[in-house]
Amino acid sequence: MNSTAGRTRNILVIIITGVILLILPFFMGGYYVHLVTMIFFFGYLGVAWNILGGYAGQFSFGHAAFFGVGAFTSTLLQVHLGVNPWIGLFLAGIAGLILGLCIGSLSFRYGLRGPYFALAMLALAEMFRLMAVEWMTVRYPLGITIPLKGDSLWYFQFRSKVPYYYIMLFMMAAALYLTHVIEGKKIGSYFKAIRENESAAEALGINAFKYKLLAMAMSSFLTAVGGTFYAQYYLHIDEESAFGVAISIEALLGPILGGAGTVLGPVLGAGIIEGLSETTRNLLGGYSGVHLMVYGTILIFVIIFLPGGILGGLQTAFRKLSRGG
Amino acid sequence: MSLPGLPLLLQSIVNGILMGGVYGLVAIGLTLIFGVMKIINFAHGSLMMLGMFTTYWLYVFLGLDPYLSLLFSIPCLFVLGLLIERFLIAQVLDAPAHNQLLLTLGISLFIENFALFLWTPNFRTLEVTYLRKAAMVGTVMISLPKLVAFIFAIILTILLYCFLKRTDMGKAIRAASEEREGALTVGINLRRIYYVAFGIGAACVGAAGTLTAPFFYVNPNVGGIFVITAFVVVVLGGMGNFIGALVGGIIIGLAESVGAAFVPGQLKQFIIYFIFILVLLFKPEGLFGRTSE
Repeated sequence: MNSTAGRTRNILVIIITGVILLILPFFMGGYYVHLVTMIFFFGYLGVAWNILGGYAGQFSFGHAAFFGVGAFTSTLLQVHLGVNPWIGLFLAGIAGLILGLCIGSLSFRYGLRGPYFALAMLALAEMFRLMAVEWMTVRYPLGITIPLKGDSLWYFQFRSKVPYYYIMLFMMAAALYLTHVIEGKKIGSYFKAIRENESAAEALGINAFKYKLLAMAMSSFLTAVGGTFYAQYYLHIDEESAFGVAISIEALLGPILGGAGTVLGPVLGAGIIEGLSETTRNLLGGYSGVHLMVYGTILIFVIIFLPGGILGGLQTAFRKLSRGG
Repeated sequence: MSLPGLPLLLQSIVNGILMGGVYGLVAIGLTLIFGVMKIINFAHGSLMMLGMFTTYWLYVFLGLDPYLSLLFSIPCLFVLGLLIERFLIAQVLDAPAHNQLLLTLGISLFIENFALFLWTPNFRTLEVTYLRKAAMVGTVMISLPKLVAFIFAIILTILLYCFLKRTDMGKAIRAASEEREGALTVGINLRRIYYVAFGIGAACVGAAGTLTAPFFYVNPNVGGIFVITAFVVVVLGGMGNFIGALVGGIIIGLAESVGAAFVPGQLKQFIIYFIFILVLLFKPEGLFGRTSE
């Protein structure tokens, strides 16, 4: 394929998709705006998880730790010290980043790999959840509610869902752009080399510790920022919605389904998952665990039949086709 | 933090040891599956929950004595484990370890939330009158169901140990866990070993569920509490190490129960997670060595 033609085509596709997404809220009711915002939101979390899990190959089962730290940082700063949520958003990212660097440097220094790393992360998230439970039962038994300040961009709260839609669209696009850049640069190749064979990568002179930590830093920062968005979207957080296992699973499910280690995989996955769980929720009504059951089923099917995710599967199929032809 | 008196300390030591036996039984299933298949079974807790519900429903509908229901929960869970291995886990035996973990996570999500759908998240307890009793030894109160659970856990562990040492199947399982290729060479059918091992692992945790049900609450998410504890125990005892699992179970039982005497409420779980991370970081081969991987 001619590369300039290819690039022009890609730019065209991006512009058209962008314009469609920008004007979409004008044609949708509030419910659908919410649904698409949630797709963007879980897509964004997936993109953040994907940097560490998909590209650098360090599967985390506990991204809720970063998410919750982000949500709690901005919310507590806002409720107690009146810190503006946008500054809170940035500080939340920093808090998540610091936590990521701490747990990352510990687990990568001591060579925690594969399932052991995944479980250690799970334990970390659970530790935060338990601390939050312990701390909140006395002070905030009903969760923390962010006081209403009216319809204002400055206070990051809106009566309509549409501004949230645009903010999340922007965040997701930015995260996607970051992954795109990573993939094109040397660092992306380093990540993949570490994922495929860490010892071989080290033998080639790649500082695996440094690059894993870098992936962790980006991933935890973005996830924590996502936590702030969530808090501002619902203007309410509690320990379960911030640190619960569901968030950890939602963060990894999109990339696993769409294709871990691909730029668009997480968003594609998030779209399918949200669509599926919304449909089943409507079918089965008020029963609370239904989306988790759907997640479980998706996980089982994807791991058995489509271990590379949808985009991963397509890539292999294309490679086979082009080799055959 | 307040310093507990001696009676409280003794009490928590006894409770810890009794609880540790049950943790050991949960962990033995997990460590057997890991030793043979090199798979971390995240669905272990949900299998335990199924064991608990088997006991609960048999008691509620048929008035069956909780300990008699061992005769049902063990075979039921064995068959279920066998089926899960045969149709799901067997498909990913050559997949990367994190994908195997994701598969068992998917299975556990499915089982737990299906149970939630069927049985609602309500907390249930078994009201068995004769199990309300407790024996007093000095100042220490020994609750009957915990004591029974501990004794059964030890008996089942010994039975399983004999099975692995004495029978052909048991020997084949141990061979497969110690030297996969060697086992293949001498003509052991690994596929069969795998699903039998998984079935036995599930049966162990099913039995643990039955034994726990009389003194714990029963609800669809209860397995989550035990599964992480079991991970800690397994890692502490050394992945795949049988005796280590039992000793590890008692250590964790003690740590949890003595810890609970010092710190309030939810923080007792917190201690377990904390120990888990520490062990993973600093002693991943477990306390009793045997590093094979």
